[in-house]
Amino acid sequence: MSSVLYDVPGPRAIARNRILGVVTVLVVLGITGFVVWRFYDTGQFSARKWEVFSYTRVWTLIGQGALATLAAFGAAAVGAVILGFVLAIGRLSDHAWVRVPVGWVVEILRAVPVLVFMLLLYYGLPIIGIRMPSYWAVVIALIAYNGSVLSEVIRAGVESLPRGQKEAGYAIGLRKSGVMALILLPQAIRAMMPVIVSQLVVTLKDTALGFIITYPELLYTAKLLGSNANYGSPLIQAALVAGTIYVAMCLALSYVAHRLQLRNKRRTAAVTDPLHHPVGDATDTQLIGLQAGPVGRGDARPPRRRG
Amino acid sequence: MNQILEYPDLWRDALVGTLVLFFGGGLIALVLGFLIGAMRVSPIPAARVVGAVYVNWVRNTPLTLVLFFFAFAVPLLVTVPRGSFLMLAVIGIGLYTATYVAETLRSGINTVPVGQAEAARALGMGFTQVMGYVVLPQAARSVIPPMMSVFIALLKNTTVAAGFGVVNLGSIRANMSEKGENQMITILLVMVAFVVLVLLLAWLQRVLENRWRVAR
Repeated sequence: MSSVLYDVPGPRAIARNRILGVVTVLVVLGITGFVVWRFYDTGQFSARKWEVFSYTRVWTLIGQGALATLAAFGAAAVGAVILGFVLAIGRLSDHAWVRVPVGWVVEILRAVPVLVFMLLLYYGLPIIGIRMPSYWAVVIALIAYNGSVLSEVIRAGVESLPRGQKEAGYAIGLRKSGVMALILLPQAIRAMMPVIVSQLVVTLKDTALGFIITYPELLYTAKLLGSNANYGSPLIQAALVAGTIYVAMCLALSYVAHRLQLRNKRRTAAVTDPLHHPVGDATDTQLIGLQAGPVGRGDARPPRRRG
Repeated sequence: MNQILEYPDLWRDALVGTLVLFFGGGLIALVLGFLIGAMRVSPIPAARVVGAVYVNWVRNTPLTLVLFFFAFAVPLLVTVPRGSFLMLAVIGIGLYTATYVAETLRSGINTVPVGQAEAARALGMGFTQVMGYVVLPQAARSVIPPMMSVFIALLKNTTVAAGFGVVNLGSIRANMSEKGENQMITILLVMVAFVVLVLLLAWLQRVLENRWRVAR
């Protein structure tokens, strides 16, 4: 096993690595031990603190919270993907009067924190007479932010494609819309799928911001359970349960992204072997132009690296 | 604009709160992120596992929940000075952002071709020379642009602390609402402040990117 950082270890390096490994394990055990001791010392393991989680009604509540989280996530994910496409196509437009304003919208939406946008929708807009339930404030803010991020991802995907794809599309007589919809976007989406899914994981995590504007989602439910004095205020326990559910949901989504990445890698590896068949940035048109020499058309510049 | 002129103290405190969260959280994130990132690329299996578990757990937890834990659960476990919400939020944001710093470092190091290090070793360079002259200079160049993106995200994430009693640009809306001011104007001003701050960081990112471009 050779890495860019270290050589294949010799006997002394192996011994040193073993010692460092033991030290790492000891440090981690120490930290875990401290946390467990604090939990024990403050009575967090007592049955009374966990009793609340033995009731069906409580789990129904938690389930409702998780469903509210998923409801906000589902609507926001669909909306963000749609908005992402619209903004990406707008920003790739040939017309400056479309491209420039869309570019500004994307930059502003990306620069404003999601929470501030939620506050504007939930607390700011009622001043001018627009009221909405907290659910819609969460969903619209998430759509606006993640849509603008996804549009940049899709745009980067389209721009990373070889220029020959577009030229070939025009050469067989497709229009601009046909080139975009049939040639560029499908390839860009396939290449960017892992990034798109990991942005959806971010969307799922950001639904928890709804807690701050009192949207009754999973974290809000956890706070409600945790401050219930009848059950000894099991705040830490509720936070741990909610955290586990969040991590499980996000890991499930991340796993999808991982699988997509693996599939993608396998597929592209089968098509082109980068070591033996270097894939240049030059299109065939340019190569022909280069061979034509100085008599050729002005297009015969050496290929420039893009992006 | 009138709001800023009428309550300069509140706005100053809010801006200071945001900057403390940004720089304090950023410092913790950098130190811890370098440590975790180094663990993830180290030849020690135990350290790699610990780094991977930390990154995968914390990165899949919402920041709101991390700060929730620090604001409500940590004071129950260890005694903290009263009113130390700011300190707890700085630690929470630092621990959360450290995972992103670690991942950025790891992918930056992965962009350096193995042949570079092998060539350096073939020349007879030792570990520190390989690192100092060959690997790290190249890794640093490809790390800087994404690292700046991590810090832009950190700046925006500081607003989440407003939900847990920390004074910053995200919480000033509540102050203004108490004073009977127009909340919408307040929030729009906060948005303008963030657009300006983010554009500033993005400009810095572009400058660094141009100066440190990888010449391959």
